[in-house]
Amino acid sequence: MSKIDDARMPAPILQVEGLTVDFLSDGDPVRAVDDVSFHVARGETLVILGESGSGKSVSTSTLMGLVDCPPGHIVSGRCLFDGQELARLDEDKRRALNGRRIAMIFQDPLASLNPVYTVGRQIEEVYRSHGEGRGDLRSRILDLMRRVGIPEPEQRVDHYPHQFSGGQRQRIMIAIAIALKPDILIADEPTTALDVSVQAQILDLLRDLQRETGMALIMITHDLEVAASMADRIIVMNSGKVVEAGPARDVFETPQHAYTRKLIAALPHGEAADAGHKRSRERAEEVLLKVEGLGKDYVLSSGAFAGKSVFKAVEDVGFHLCKGETLGIVGESGSGKSSVARMLMRLNEPTSGKAIFAGQNIFDLTGKDLMAFRRRVQMVFQDPYGSMNPRMSVRSIISEPWQIHGDILPRARWRDRVVELLELVGLKAEHEGRYIHQFSGGQRQRIAIARALASEPELIICDEAVSALDVSIQAQVIDLLADLRNRLGLSYIFITHDLPIVRHFADRILVMKQGRIVEENETTALFATPLHDYTRTLLNAVPLPKWQTRRETA
Amino acid sequence: MTLLSAPVAAISPRMPLLSYLWRDKMAFASALFLVLLLLLVLFGPLLVGDAAARLGLRQRNLAPFTFNGGFLYVLGADTLGRPILARLIVGAQNTILIAAAAVFSSMLVGGALGLIAGYSERWYSHVIQRFADVIMSFPSLLLALIVLYTLGPSMTNLVIVLAITRLPIYLRTARAEVLELRERMFVSAARSMGASPVRIVFHHIAPLVLPTLVTISAIDFATVILAESALSFLGLGIQPPDFTWGAMVANGRGYLQTAWWIAFWPGLAIMMTTLSLNILSNWARTVADPQQRWRLQALRKTAR
Amino acid sequence: MLRYLGRRASYSLISIIGLVTLVFFLTRLTGDPSALYLPLDASADARAQFARLNGLDQPAIVQFFTYLGNLAQLDFGQSLRQNRSAMEVALEAFPETLKLAFLAIALATSLAIVVGSLAAARPGSLFDRIASLVSLAGASAPDFWIAIVGILLFAVGFGLLPTSGTGSAAHWVLPIFVLTLRPFGLLVQVVRGTMLSALSAAYIKTARAKGMPRREIIFGHALRNSLLPIVTVAGDLATGLVNGAVVVESIFGWPGIGKLMIDSIIQRDFAVVQSTILVTAVAIFLLNIAIDLLYAFLDPRIRY
Repeated sequence: MSKIDDARMPAPILQVEGLTVDFLSDGDPVRAVDDVSFHVARGETLVILGESGSGKSVSTSTLMGLVDCPPGHIVSGRCLFDGQELARLDEDKRRALNGRRIAMIFQDPLASLNPVYTVGRQIEEVYRSHGEGRGDLRSRILDLMRRVGIPEPEQRVDHYPHQFSGGQRQRIMIAIAIALKPDILIADEPTTALDVSVQAQILDLLRDLQRETGMALIMITHDLEVAASMADRIIVMNSGKVVEAGPARDVFETPQHAYTRKLIAALPHGEAADAGHKRSRERAEEVLLKVEGLGKDYVLSSGAFAGKSVFKAVEDVGFHLCKGETLGIVGESGSGKSSVARMLMRLNEPTSGKAIFAGQNIFDLTGKDLMAFRRRVQMVFQDPYGSMNPRMSVRSIISEPWQIHGDILPRARWRDRVVELLELVGLKAEHEGRYIHQFSGGQRQRIAIARALASEPELIICDEAVSALDVSIQAQVIDLLADLRNRLGLSYIFITHDLPIVRHFADRILVMKQGRIVEENETTALFATPLHDYTRTLLNAVPLPKWQTRRETA
Repeated sequence: MTLLSAPVAAISPRMPLLSYLWRDKMAFASALFLVLLLLLVLFGPLLVGDAAARLGLRQRNLAPFTFNGGFLYVLGADTLGRPILARLIVGAQNTILIAAAAVFSSMLVGGALGLIAGYSERWYSHVIQRFADVIMSFPSLLLALIVLYTLGPSMTNLVIVLAITRLPIYLRTARAEVLELRERMFVSAARSMGASPVRIVFHHIAPLVLPTLVTISAIDFATVILAESALSFLGLGIQPPDFTWGAMVANGRGYLQTAWWIAFWPGLAIMMTTLSLNILSNWARTVADPQQRWRLQALRKTAR
Repeated sequence: MLRYLGRRASYSLISIIGLVTLVFFLTRLTGDPSALYLPLDASADARAQFARLNGLDQPAIVQFFTYLGNLAQLDFGQSLRQNRSAMEVALEAFPETLKLAFLAIALATSLAIVVGSLAAARPGSLFDRIASLVSLAGASAPDFWIAIVGILLFAVGFGLLPTSGTGSAAHWVLPIFVLTLRPFGLLVQVVRGTMLSALSAAYIKTARAKGMPRREIIFGHALRNSLLPIVTVAGDLATGLVNGAVVVESIFGWPGIGKLMIDSIIQRDFAVVQSTILVTAVAIFLLNIAIDLLYAFLDPRIRY
């Protein structure tokens, strides 16, 4: 079947033309969606690609009447679904469509499920709301749960959302959405909150269901790889406008618009990451940090009679780091990678093991020695907004290390040094009086890096330091870190769940799973010949473009 | 970089708070009333002089709105012929002063204890919490009654008792906020830089807890006025010749059938004050909630 | 579960012991009861004998341990005023207050849930604005003053209701109204606030995307999730109702625990004061346990 051949395409089931949505407030209204047009046909997948704030979610929420008006305001445009105008439906007609003919799943499945009702009841509500409450509802619900891949549905049907894992919750959301076999399924960032391996399973499920039911799928995402692996056609949105639209392969391989080109260039694709990599130019043989037998146990008490059980968050972790080296630690959530970082920073105490930094065991340090250590090792956190005090100006944020350690820099020099550091990380002198909320995500992370540099450290631990940033910004921050390493002779421990990013940046990689190191190797070698099964799973979980998979399976 | 700045609702540069206040007419009227009351508390006693204590045989039980007695007698006079308006103004000063002192001290002490109880996990943290439990687990008025009856009703004792009964509110709120804030990344960041607990609590956490406590104190002000009035009504407030609004209601209680206004006006004054405080704090909650704030905005549409 | 109840009970026991200790020593400070219970011209001998009989000749600390020892044997002491078991006196008055309090809180909660939910369903509507104003007024009203104005209007003015006392159904109307007003006003605010935030939760979006009827979204999903904070506040208000009961019972001459408390303090009937405190504290302890169990029932995420 050729999707490129437009003549054989069925008539679109949904046709959006010139949709414009404002959000009203004091002053001028904020235009969230500006003259957006798209269409989707049965059996087809349309991906709406855009970074945060691009208006991609608002445009589809409008279709289901989920935008509150006011403060939302549909200025103009038509949304024709199977001949019906969606933008101006009354409540009863809207209700008849929602859930039955158009369904939606959301980014955060835990928040999207009602915490006080069993999942079975929440699936049942779809049937009841559309007059299908009769007959053997329970067996229909069980079949549905089995279909979306919930094991043992007979027991699980009476469980509550908090008793499921993230991936399972999204499966339940999908079950609710497809219960009445809708014509269109809108998936709003459905895998953003999930680990890569779970993400791959959910995407597979969506593809299978689409093949079975022939529904149209509108997928909203910021993730280029997810977009490429799902899309037949893509529209790219930026600041509320559609900047590019077309068949997926064309958009990815020959992007027309400058913004699309920038997005795609920012993605370190496969071997391209090896070519233009940002790894260390020179590495000393001198070992800066040596970790041995590091472990962290949490004692859980489960109920009055079960007694205590021990959860090993980190178990027997050992590695070393040379001067000027970048070590990547890769793992999914719960792998213990962040616990390792927090223990090395002495934010949490380890249960066992030692870490020799410049001849001293970090875990034995107290008083003066500990303060000296805190100068030499700094941390950059995942969420730059959360890691800086919202009530402090940039100046006082960056100069805080000097306030804490009185002997780094005389007070008279603070002002000049803040400006120097701001310029070093690519910001301007006039930024020093502003507050954190006045900056974009990428700028905030630059400020966090400037603060880390203020105490002139030798080692910086980056815990998911770019994960919260948009793709195009991630690359800029990585470039900055690499540049600083080469100029200042820093060493990094770079913790992430994102394989392409480490491939681009790290010299050596540790793969962690369930608190243990399962593989360690030089970056090039690890990607070329992954030895451990789990590493291979992680590598394969990175979604492949749809046009490539189709060629392979054909 | 523009695409990265989140779509924050544009706030009009000129005093957005005042325009939000103007748009909610009830809140605006409340604010006006409170400002007026504050001015009366500050300057009123200078204006009425000793009229509040001046006995007048001819004006005994003078009914309100009889304009032959002069401006001060517009709300009538009590059984001793003292003008009620003048007494309301003098009573306002005592009422507001006691409530303000009680609210301020319970916010200060409760907030500080809450900061400690939230950040520290040492034994005194538990002691502080149990202490709050003890106060919370018992009706405050009963406790206040016993304490005031034994220690004797004076201005200081009244303030102390009222402050202690309200303490747990601030303590628990501050503690809950600290428990959340101390898990935030910027606290971890400060710790990793070597900041001491004292620096973290007072430099990083306290400035973020304070606005919440101040918001609570507005509603609490109303609660404390009501509690003080009830105590004064039961005769355990400040003692004559000083008086508050609550005591004025108690004085008038015996003359309901002959001179209803003696008990009516001070009660109305209490209610107007507490109502204004409640309306205003309600408005402040709406302004502070980004999901509700648009209700107070102009919502201008683009011209088509 | 059992362990939770055990911990809860031990915490409450600490609270109750603290309270009893505090009250014991405070009441001993009020003065010598023999001055009230013996004729003015009673001889020193008679006074000494009275003191010895009632254990008042011992140092306060000895009296305290005797009292604790007696408590352990469920001996709560004798009422000086009524010459019978103090606990008997307290337990006789307690049901009267309980009846008032239960009716008031039940009425306030159910009315507030209906009014608050409807207001939150259409925020900014005329109904919402009226509900807001009425509830704020209710929350701001000084109960003693409302009681007086109520008597003035309905008993003195129209002669519809009795001014005080017990007996007929008409005797219940004013006390219940006065007691309900403030909890009702506060609860409407809480219901409306939590409902508004629940209605903007992600799971409400899911429910709308499912095509559920609006009524079911509001009452099935939003209200069901709001019940937890509502129960919390209603529980606190139920504790606080004893405060209102003190005022209301003394104004309407209702023979409940509040009136008994005031009378006993003034009469220095220590044993009765202690017993009423003990009864109230235990009742509040039981109430809190019930509320905790209700939490677990309402929210499947809470397990003790």
